[in-house]
Amino acid sequence: MRRQYSEQIIYVLIRLVMYSIVLVIGYILFDIIRHGLPALSWEFVSQYPRKSGAEGGILPAIVGTLSLLVGTIAVALPLGICSAIYLSEYAEQNRFTDMIRLAIITLAGVPSIVYGLFGLGLFVLFLNFGTSILAGSLTLACMILPTIIVSSEEALRAVPRGYRDASLALGATKWETIRTNVLPYSLSGIITGSILGIGRAAGETAPILLTVAAFYLPRLPNSIFDQVMALPYHLYILATQHPEADKVLPLQYATALVLLLLVLGLSLGAIFIRIHFRKKYRW
Amino acid sequence: MWKDKAMRLLMLSAASTSIFLVVLIFIFLVKEAAPFALKPGLDALFDRQWIPVSFVQERYGILPLITGSALVTGLSMLFTIPLSVLGAIYIAEIASPVEREILKPFIELLASIPSVVLGFFGLVVLAPLIKTFFGLGTGLSALTGALLLTLMAIPTVISLSEDAIMSVPHAYKDASRALGASDLQTIFQVIIPAALPGIIAAIMLGTGRVIGETMAVLMVTGNSALMTWSPLAPVRTMTATIAAEMGEVSFGSLHYQALFWIGLVLLAVTFLLNIIAQRVLVRYGMMK
Repeated sequence: MRRQYSEQIIYVLIRLVMYSIVLVIGYILFDIIRHGLPALSWEFVSQYPRKSGAEGGILPAIVGTLSLLVGTIAVALPLGICSAIYLSEYAEQNRFTDMIRLAIITLAGVPSIVYGLFGLGLFVLFLNFGTSILAGSLTLACMILPTIIVSSEEALRAVPRGYRDASLALGATKWETIRTNVLPYSLSGIITGSILGIGRAAGETAPILLTVAAFYLPRLPNSIFDQVMALPYHLYILATQHPEADKVLPLQYATALVLLLLVLGLSLGAIFIRIHFRKKYRW
Repeated sequence: MWKDKAMRLLMLSAASTSIFLVVLIFIFLVKEAAPFALKPGLDALFDRQWIPVSFVQERYGILPLITGSALVTGLSMLFTIPLSVLGAIYIAEIASPVEREILKPFIELLASIPSVVLGFFGLVVLAPLIKTFFGLGTGLSALTGALLLTLMAIPTVISLSEDAIMSVPHAYKDASRALGASDLQTIFQVIIPAALPGIIAAIMLGTGRVIGETMAVLMVTGNSALMTWSPLAPVRTMTATIAAEMGEVSFGSLHYQALFWIGLVLLAVTFLLNIIAQRVLVRYGMMK
């Protein structure tokens, strides 16, 4: 009996650890919502900033972040999905495949600020894109490429072998098989993983710091060679560089809330898609 | 048939870009950093002071930045390891199925909070708390940064450790129970030892993330490049230095090159951590 009693205490302690982590996460979200919500309004998200961000809204930062995301998706998604198709459907067990896998693992571990340095060296300076949406999107695309490859490959591999065999046995070519019998069934998994990667890109600051982000630019971009403001960078500037940082605290909270809603919205969307399709396909 | 071959080639070239990218990243960091090695020479990097802008004598010693990163990372792992391992044990072995379905997405939620938002929270909520609690002049310290980094490392380490615990064959548990061990004895004396390689790999990958994290530490560690081991002192990490200074240097200057050297050091450290972690996973058959 005594041992059971002491075991109970340990169980309670472990549970305590787990729930204090949950509590801290909850508190952070609560704090940002509590202070951010009062300052959030339609004007805030639809107006240009005034007085270097001390007044007005964050429209250019929202548009900037969204245009960066579109650029990132346009580059990373096709590249990532094609890589995943190669790894799951074509690749043989050889040195070359091992090298690809090693490269993906390496890319996944490269710190975001190093991607920033790389983007600065290659896209901004060497290829002469300047600090622009193009350079920033390409840098972010490099960063989330491994996430998209890994999750897409997992989704492709989850499709049962029989689907492929049946299609091949009916005389379809390998590509026809992939297009009609593998991709459609793995689409939900691919989308889920990609959205999670894109959510990460939306919140990242370090890679865009050096490649695209403008300190204060109260207008909308005209082309992909323009600089833009971006939500995470705007929050960083307001919180640390603004001469009257205390005075603009409500605006900082509101900006943080908008960014959080964007990123969490993407994640929640991904989770719902996963649940929805899990019900649809069962094998 | 030609279409089939063309598609294969397309997929192959897409997959090759990963290799190409790794090579490019390495080449471009080295390209920008290299001139520094000729003049003033690599010795200059081992100076004990980082004073890149000075009227007297610029000094590009990255040692204080390395100790800054090491201090923040070490402190953070001190918190992260016990919290995450216990958290993983709870989710994998103790939680009810319903609890697990709620806890796992919640931890994923933590992973998706942008680091600049956590940094902001650290700046306006955590730093004042630390300041009052320890009676400091400023709440911007290595400890503040380490606590935020703990929040960032926890999701990675929990979910990878949980995978490792889940991958322990069920027969181990049954055998242990059959021999009369209690649930807790089974967890700590059978399951954890069996999952240990996976947990160690999880910790190494978490450490890699923490070392490379930029915005949160930039915002809350105080950014003074001092060589110190005191958790309550302000420090400056390698990542924060690049982020804070790269915007102000003139391209091609010595300062610019020194910042790329820091990037190379970061790349090397995270690369090694990653590779060793993968080796451990492969060696113990824990790769999925």
